[in-house]
Order: sequence, then structure tokens, then C-alpha cells
Amino acid sequence: MTEPKSSARADRFAITLPLALFIVLALMPLLAHYLPGERYVIGLFARVMIFAIAAISLDLILGYGGLVSFGHAAFLGLGAYAVGITAAHGITDVTVVLPVALAAAALFALATGAIAMRTRGVYFIMITLAFGQMAYYTATSLSQYGGDDGLRLAARSTVLGLPVLADSRGFYFAVLAALVVVYLLCRMIVASRFGRVLRAARENPVRTETMGYNVHAFRLTAYVISGCICAIAGFLLANQNSFVSPAYMSWQRSGELIVMVILGGMGSLHGAVLGSLVYLLLEELLSGFTEHWKVIFGPLLVLVVLFARGGLMGLFGGGRRG
Amino acid sequence: MAEPILRLESLRKNFGGLRVTDDVSLEIQPGEVHAIIGPNGAGKTTLLNEISGLVPVDAGHIRFEGTDITGTPAHHRARLGIARSFQITSIIPGFSVQENVTLAVQARSGSSFRFLWPAASERRLEEAAEDALEQVGLSVRARQPAGTLSHGEKRSLELAITLALQPKLLLLDEPMAGTGRGEGERLIETLRTLKGRFTFLLVEHDMRAVFALADRITVLVYGRVIAAGTPDEIRANAEVRNAYLGEEAA
Repeated sequence: MTEPKSSARADRFAITLPLALFIVLALMPLLAHYLPGERYVIGLFARVMIFAIAAISLDLILGYGGLVSFGHAAFLGLGAYAVGITAAHGITDVTVVLPVALAAAALFALATGAIAMRTRGVYFIMITLAFGQMAYYTATSLSQYGGDDGLRLAARSTVLGLPVLADSRGFYFAVLAALVVVYLLCRMIVASRFGRVLRAARENPVRTETMGYNVHAFRLTAYVISGCICAIAGFLLANQNSFVSPAYMSWQRSGELIVMVILGGMGSLHGAVLGSLVYLLLEELLSGFTEHWKVIFGPLLVLVVLFARGGLMGLFGGGRRG
Repeated sequence: MAEPILRLESLRKNFGGLRVTDDVSLEIQPGEVHAIIGPNGAGKTTLLNEISGLVPVDAGHIRFEGTDITGTPAHHRARLGIARSFQITSIIPGFSVQENVTLAVQARSGSSFRFLWPAASERRLEEAAEDALEQVGLSVRARQPAGTLSHGEKRSLELAITLALQPKLLLLDEPMAGTGRGEGERLIETLRTLKGRFTFLLVEHDMRAVFALADRITVLVYGRVIAAGTPDEIRANAEVRNAYLGEEAA
């Protein structure tokens, strides 16, 4: 629960923080020019933004819907495999590949969500994990598309036949544009009528239901939207690495997405961006010191959860309350 | 008499071996305030849950305006015009007081599957919510987070939510529970002003409220209806006095 006093500060913060984040990300290619390993830095930050898109999609249902999906990496994988499988058949243009990715994610979300939403709390976590693992093992068994080893792409997707994404800067700005669009779209969704019902159902589903809202339908719709957005991240990830593999769908990856959202602060959307930024940069930094970087990273996460309730956003007085 | 707005026909419900609703039949006329009283564990709240669709019944029928709604889901019954309040205050604590009511207004004004337009900019919804808050005297608290209200104010907010749904039938589960004496008096007064405009089914332990408001009373003991009638009839009923009211009410 935010006190009225600090909520004004949080409101101001809700505009300045994402703005600052996006400005820094937009200027990064320029800054990288003066850093050693320019290509590497640009690649790293493109990766940060791709995971930020995935984390935002998770925050939409986790932070605003109260649905802890522990199988969200499946959507990342679906988006990536849409790129890999269509490429294997000679189709590489965004205008076809992206709709395929979105359709696959929507169908998967609709089918698994309809079943998973019948459960609550810990059972929902378990069942989404189970569906995620099903997707993972299905991918490993696709022997004609690389099976366990995955699938290498000959080239990045084209945009209307043009190799816009082939250049690392072009790709970087395409990812940034996708991130900004996804962020603004989700901002609008959570403030809309739909978002209001979704937020209400998180706090009190019975009250929401007895007001006349079919809570199940609202949650399922949010799950489908979230899955589609995450598939966009998957589409971009496959293009960045020019590689697709079942590892994209592993349950550890689903866990990482949850950690990013919680680290940044649930239910704010830009918290998810901040979370993926800090997570991936720390990973990069610490793994440079030692291969046992997780020994340092783990306790750091514990400290954030213990001392910054509401995630890193909580440190600034923003983020979701209680 | 007119067609009853609500009609329960031989409802039955068991929780394991416990019979919580035992052959309950009752009728509520439009515009009436109907109170259900009875000792703790008599199955009063369960009965409201059955009517609002939160708990399925084992046997019997529920008819609302002549239509059988026995198997209809809760959200659909709310759309038909059955609103309820809860014994344990049920609001959206993280929403402002106003947004709690706006959410209720939104439920009966068009589709909520709208994704892009900011809901807070819909003046029509906000105005209707302001009216409902005015009716229960909560206007000054409109901007405050609902979770920070006092207990009595939360009860009033819940009433505002149910009013904003513009229901045909209001199911109120112990609206007086836990309110202070002054707050209770105010709540009775508010309910009295609403009498006649809505139909009420009221579960209440507070006999002051029951005898001040009810047109008819049904007495429930161990899931069974042991008496039904006007307040005077109930007051005079020896069996009811024995089972529940005690000598003080005489």
C-alpha cells in the first residue's frame, strides 16, 4: 500500500525512469563508439532489450494479473522456432515470419491457458511449468529441425525483402523500436477498461466476479496477449543469435524471466526493463571475474528481495505496492 | 401479489455429511426488504452464496424473474441484476475509493474488452461513481486508497459498489457487522432511504436493523426454515424466541 505522500513521487518517477532508460538505450550505439568492443556492447544491449520485451510480457500477467507463469520461456521458444522452421522452408521475411510466430504463440497460450487457469496459486505455477517442459521436449524431438542441437539460420529475417536487420546497428534500433512499442502498448492496456478489470481481479477475484466480470475470460485474454508479446522477443532472439535451440525454452530461462521481473519490481512494466538490464549486465560483469559468478549473484538477489521489497523500483519509491 | 423477483424451490446443499441448506423455499417480492435471521452456523451465508452463484446447490431450483438460474455462473447472475455485499468486507484495497465504484459502473456499461483507451478518462463512468459515493456519504474519501478506510467506511463503500451495479436484487450479508454504534445508525438510515427503490435480501444479526428495515423475515436454523412472516409475527412466534431471539426481543 502506497501512502498518498509517496504516490505522487512514484507517479513522477513512473514517467522519468522509463524515459531515462529509453534515452540511454537510444544513445547506447553512440556511446559504444567510444568504448572498446563496440560490436560486443551493442550486441549486449540488444540482448538486454530483447529480454526486457519478454520480461514486460511476463509482468503484464504476473504484476497486473497475479498469474505466476513458470513456463513463459515456451513463448520465447515458439517465436524463435517460428523463425527457424520457416527459414528451413525458405521463408525469411518479417511480414510472414512474425505473423506465424504470433499465431503459434496465441494458439499455444489459448490451449494451455484455458487449462492452467482452472487452477490457482502453486498449482498454476506447476501446470505452466509442465506445459513449458512439454514445449521444450517437443522442440528437442524435432529432428528435422535440429533436435537437441538446434538450428542455425543462414541469415537474419528481411523486412519486405530488404536486409535491414543484418547490420548490427539496424538490428539494434529495430529492437529498440519494438521495445518502445511493446512498452507503450502494455501501458495502454493496463490503464484501459480491460486492464482495470485485470488489476481488480488480482486483488479480489470474487468481488470482481460478483460485479459481473467473467474473470476467467479476462485472465485468459491477458495470457494470450502476454504470450504473443513474448513471442516477439523470441523472434528477435533467434535473429540476433542466427540460431534457434530448445535451450530457449528451458525452465531455467522461465525462472530467469521471473527473477528479472521481481528484481526490477513487479507491476510497473519499466521495472521489468530495469530488471533485465541489471540482471544481464551483472551476469556479464560477474562472469568476467569468475566462472563461479552465481555464488555472488545469488546472494545479491536475496539482498534485493529482503531489503528492497518491490524490487529495485521499490528503492526509488515506485513499483507495485504490497 | 406480483410475480416474485426471486424464488427458491426446495434448495438442498451438503458440505460432506453436514446439511447446510435443507429444503429451503422462499419467495421475495419486488421492492420488499426480506431479512434472514438465525443463529451462527444456520447456513445464512451459504444461502446467499447459492443465490449469487458462488456455491453450487445439490438439489432444488433458483428462479430469478421467472428464469431458472440454478446453473448460471456468478458473473452472469451479476449481469442479470443480482448484486451482493460480503460479511467480510470485500473491496479492491489497492484501488482508490472512487475506482472501486467506477469498476462497478463499468460492469454495466458496455464491453470491458477495450484495450487501448484509458479507462480513467471516461467521465460518464466517473460521474455515476461519484453519485453512488454521494448516496453513502463517502464523497470526501473518493481519492483515498480503499484499503486505508475505517471499517465502517469500508462497509459503506461496499454498499456504494452494490448500488452502482444498479441491481434488481441486493444480497447483503451482515452489513452491520463490526460497525460502531454511530456508524451502524448511519448505515440503517442509508438503507432506509434506499428501501422501495431496490429489493433487498438481508442477512443480519443486528435485530435493531432487522426490525427497523424488514418487511418480511425468514428464520433459518440448521439449514431449515423454522418460521417466516412479518416482523410482528416473528416476534410473537414462540419457537423462534426459543431457538434464537431469546426473551430480550419480547
